[in-house]
Amino acid sequence: MTALQILLWVALPYVAMAVFVVGHIWRYRYDKFGWTTRSSQLYENRLLRLGSPLFHFGILFVVLGHIGGVLIPKSWTEAAGISESVYHALAVTLGVIAGAMTLAGAAILVYRRRTVGPVFSATTRNDKAMYVLLVGTIVLGLGTTVLGNLTDHPHDYRETVSPWFRSIFYFQPKPELMAQAPLGFQLHVLSAWALAAFWPFSRLVHVFSAPVGYLTRPYIVYRSRDAHLGTRSPQRGWERTT
Amino acid sequence: MRVMAQMAMVMNLDKCIGCHTCSVTCKQTWTNRSGVEYVWFNNVETRPGQGYPRTYEDQERWLGGWTRTRRGRLTLRSGGRLRKLLTIFSNPKLPSIQDYYEPWTYDYDILTTAPLQEHTPVARPRSLITGEHTKIEWSANWDDNLAGAPELATRDPLIKGIEDKVRFEFEQTFMFYLPRICEHCLNPSCAASCPSGAIYKRTEDGIVLVDQDRCRGWRMCVSGCPYKKVYFNHRTGKAEKCTFCFPRVEVGLPTVCAETCVGRLRYIGLVLYDADKVLAAASVAEEHDLLEAQRQVFLDPQDPDVVRAAEQTGIPRDWIEAAQRSPIHALINTYRVALPLHPEYRTMPMVWYIPPLSPVVDVIRDTGHDAEDHGNLFAAIDALRIPVEYLARLFTAGDPEPVNSVLRKLAAMRSYMRDINLGREPREEIAAGAGMTGEQVYDMYRLLALAKYEDRYVIPPAHAEQAHGLEELATECSLDYDGGPGMGGSGPFGESSGGVSPIAVENFRMLRDRQSSDTMAAPDEKAHRVNLLNWDGKGRPEGLFPPRRQP
Repeated sequence: MTALQILLWVALPYVAMAVFVVGHIWRYRYDKFGWTTRSSQLYENRLLRLGSPLFHFGILFVVLGHIGGVLIPKSWTEAAGISESVYHALAVTLGVIAGAMTLAGAAILVYRRRTVGPVFSATTRNDKAMYVLLVGTIVLGLGTTVLGNLTDHPHDYRETVSPWFRSIFYFQPKPELMAQAPLGFQLHVLSAWALAAFWPFSRLVHVFSAPVGYLTRPYIVYRSRDAHLGTRSPQRGWERTT
Repeated sequence: MRVMAQMAMVMNLDKCIGCHTCSVTCKQTWTNRSGVEYVWFNNVETRPGQGYPRTYEDQERWLGGWTRTRRGRLTLRSGGRLRKLLTIFSNPKLPSIQDYYEPWTYDYDILTTAPLQEHTPVARPRSLITGEHTKIEWSANWDDNLAGAPELATRDPLIKGIEDKVRFEFEQTFMFYLPRICEHCLNPSCAASCPSGAIYKRTEDGIVLVDQDRCRGWRMCVSGCPYKKVYFNHRTGKAEKCTFCFPRVEVGLPTVCAETCVGRLRYIGLVLYDADKVLAAASVAEEHDLLEAQRQVFLDPQDPDVVRAAEQTGIPRDWIEAAQRSPIHALINTYRVALPLHPEYRTMPMVWYIPPLSPVVDVIRDTGHDAEDHGNLFAAIDALRIPVEYLARLFTAGDPEPVNSVLRKLAAMRSYMRDINLGREPREEIAAGAGMTGEQVYDMYRLLALAKYEDRYVIPPAHAEQAHGLEELATECSLDYDGGPGMGGSGPFGESSGGVSPIAVENFRMLRDRQSSDTMAAPDEKAHRVNLLNWDGKGRPEGLFPPRRQP
């Protein structure tokens, strides 16, 4: 095990995860006001109407696929009676469909962002960096899958990438597994960690405010006036009592 | 009975001269920032006309507000919760910036920096959205005073079906102005549409607000509001709306639009209502019954049972007294001359309107008859079907009867008061013709025509002003100097990220204290920023003048 392997497959994941978690906590506390989707629908709707649902639904399926392929151990699916070949066929078909949806959506959205004047001028450097990392990760992941299957040597990532990824979470990292994986997977994983580390500082935070609570809350929200009126927090002893 | 208090407004449309002062002062106060250039929390529309944003009243297109299902339940017209979540990535009913208008500025710079040339330099318009030169094609009041009416006003959603009867030739048409703010509905569909639950109705005074820290920019409120009075700030990515100037109302001052209204046509006051009855009233089957259903939701503040119930729910005594003196309650339930805007949206709006008699009066005067004679007026109200029908489509879901009744009262007031002003014997039969007594007509005249400041605005302050005043003695933040860390500014995530800069308004009573006390009211030993706006002219606050040079 070389120092580089430890750096890439042990140190980097932990650093990225720490930045991800602490970064989100910090961002939420510091910048609730900036925590938004920053929608540009007001400027342009024709391309967005096509690209945005395509991308978002695509990436939701991609996330589900990753849960199935990375978090769920191979032994579990086999115990459930799903053979490797069935799993592989299923994963590749659904994965390529979802990946293609995501990529097509992202392509439309990036094209829109570049060509529609108001949308382009509302794009920050932060957004551009985020787009590079996000689209880069998607392209690397989809490319690795498609290339691997086209050259007919599909790598069984459930023997390398998945156990390594899980090993990080129970604090017994197995970098040697990841070191065996083909270059495409390694690049995809590195790009994903970079994206994770950048996540809390980008507009991607809106993922964590997916409004599922809307399904159960009452329609009209009543709230009492802020406990302190005026411009500052009340002095100690002057808080409202009711 | 669950008594709640609601701060509400009534506008007397006969007095509106369409000067847009309310819009301008509101904009200066609330939406003079980037990202909301196109936003007018208060706007004044000429009716008939398309309104702002264009044709917002066409709910078959925009699907705003509520609708009643066949089983008698109320549901959002644009679809239920699941449908909202499934269309969250691209809101299918969001108005585009073109439906409002593309905001612009001018190249003023050119006027002073252009080199010497034969022709006068021209400041060309520049879009505030793209930054490019632009051609101005629409604005919030482009069709002001029926400008372009033959082409534009025919697209008013309210004249659908009577297009051939509404004339837009200059001499033959009728028009009036409709100032609009957020309705602060009892059953707000914007709040119901918000996936994040960021829009809430305040329990104390019923003002509907957007929590800027919880809004995530899903834009469903914009399409959910049938009045299109929630706006999307395209720079911060958050929804914004009329706040009923809550920092002013909390200290007993009227809203900016009302305070600056030249025609003095706005009334602000409390109504008490029964929160348990709202949903049933909003779900009545017949649209024509919605007006009466909403009136029934309001409670009589003189009724001892209501007062007791209000006290039990914690409404302070002076609020109940304010509700008893409320001009809103008088106009809606006592004189019954105020009507809600589009009750058929089933949101139970709380900004009501006294429909204008002027279209009727104008016609009589133009034909050379006596426009203050009650006989002429009553006959004209019955005969002039078109203005009445149009007003009914605005205020009563198309039922002409309540509009007729209001117009007859206004006409009776006009005739009855003429006799008094000319020193003649007042005629009870005129008042009786509108179903009122002479005394009622006179009281209504005092409220509508004289409209004293204290009668128009009965606003009890919120009960924390003393704490705030005391607090202000010594709690200025020492970092709050110009450009200091307490001054906000831009964070690393672009404009206005980071901590919030709070909305401040000088405490009304404190300001009055300072202005009227004999001794110095401001603490002069505090090294705080000198605010010339509330410097009382007494004493020499430190930092106002440079230090005296020693000889």
